[in-house]
Amino acid sequence: MIPSAFFDLVSDSMPKLLDGLQVTFLLTIVAILAGFLLGVSLALGRIYGNKIISGVCIAFIEMIRGTPLLVQLFIVYFGLASIGFVFSPIQAALFGLSLNSGAYQAEYLRGSIQAIPSGQMVAARTLGMTKIKSIRTIILPQALRLSIPAWSNELIYLFKYTSIAYLIQVRELTAEGQIIASRNFRYVEIYLIIALIYLVFTFIISEIIDRAEKRFHVPGLGVPKRASWLRNA
Amino acid sequence: MPMLEVKNIHKSFGTIEVLKGITFSMEKEETKVIIGTSGTGKSTLLRCINQLDPPDKGEVWLDGEELTNPSTDINKIRQKIGFVFQDFNLFNHLTALRNVSIGLEKVKHMEKEQARERAMNELKRVGLEKQINQYPAQLSGGQKQRVGIARALAMDPDIILFDEPTSALDPELIGDVLDVMKSLAGNVAMLIVTHEMGFARNVANEIIFMEGGVIVEKGPPKQMFQNPTKQRTKEFLGRISTLYGEE
Repeated sequence: MIPSAFFDLVSDSMPKLLDGLQVTFLLTIVAILAGFLLGVSLALGRIYGNKIISGVCIAFIEMIRGTPLLVQLFIVYFGLASIGFVFSPIQAALFGLSLNSGAYQAEYLRGSIQAIPSGQMVAARTLGMTKIKSIRTIILPQALRLSIPAWSNELIYLFKYTSIAYLIQVRELTAEGQIIASRNFRYVEIYLIIALIYLVFTFIISEIIDRAEKRFHVPGLGVPKRASWLRNA
Repeated sequence: MPMLEVKNIHKSFGTIEVLKGITFSMEKEETKVIIGTSGTGKSTLLRCINQLDPPDKGEVWLDGEELTNPSTDINKIRQKIGFVFQDFNLFNHLTALRNVSIGLEKVKHMEKEQARERAMNELKRVGLEKQINQYPAQLSGGQKQRVGIARALAMDPDIILFDEPTSALDPELIGDVLDVMKSLAGNVAMLIVTHEMGFARNVANEIIFMEGGVIVEKGPPKQMFQNPTKQRTKEFLGRISTLYGEE
């Protein structure tokens, strides 16, 4: 039996938590979309660019992948401010998370592009398509489909990693919970509520992506759906 | 002036010289078959013609335009050169219909409706009107290759290059593909690398026998099969006939 005091706590803290959740969503959506554009550019630059472009893309990706997200946010928020680029906490978080996600998305996409048989490009070129047009109409539509599973992971990671923005004073979901708990000292219950909110939305996100994956599924392309008897085994 | 002229083509990969000076020409709507042992540069020659692998030396001319000239717009000329691959290379994310129409839509900038109607006609021509909405993974090898031929045909090419179009097919599926190719003979120029001797004998205007990166002998099928002038040609044709049989 859950004590009614818990429900009072939920209803008292919910307005603030929902405010925080909105910020969490904002961070997630902007970072996944901006990161997507950045990731596509980085992956294409890395694979098809000349030595210089490819080198720059690799350097950026490795720099992001080789350092903690928290350090990156500190550099964007505190570090850039010290040389004159002053961001608000939310701007710094949006910027930092987008860069971070872009690097990871670039690597997912690169894997998918390299998994596409070379004959696809050759066939496109023999039709008279330029390299750019071949990439746009033949390579990317296949690569993006192949990337959906990894991409859905990225979205879920990102949704939860936005909580790190709390450490540069962004009032997202975790930060709002922290503030409430520091006033009423009911840390365990508040964090339980927050965890539950993350859990519910993570579940919803993965359901949505699962549907998108089915919607864009092309026979013979991508991970074959496992037989139902295998899934239940 | 011949439609296609290949002049003294040389091509090396690393230190291995695959083509050592290939020269021949083709007239409009002519069918030529290239035969020869594996690894003798037949596929490389096709890829040198449409500049997928630009030759190191020599010239390729089509309709008075030099393809080997770096200032030529090769994407424009490739529209006139169909290519049919051994392993089909159909676009995996597109249906049979879209595989055929995509070149018309994206390269020739045809209206979508018009492009698909044209694609539909080409697929009918190769006997696949029932498969238009299937994806490559849902087609048999022979059906895939016929889509590949329809894709090349839709672009209205001057010439189609066939790179061992039946080598990846199960024996019972080869016939359908060869029938389609036969029906094209005389309508569009075809340069075909194949081991199908029966097809070569019946359909080709000329057979080119290659070995070691050079053309050993060429001539009409009758002469090549009955009175080859070179001993090597005789040996090769004797061996291949026992392997592949005759039609």
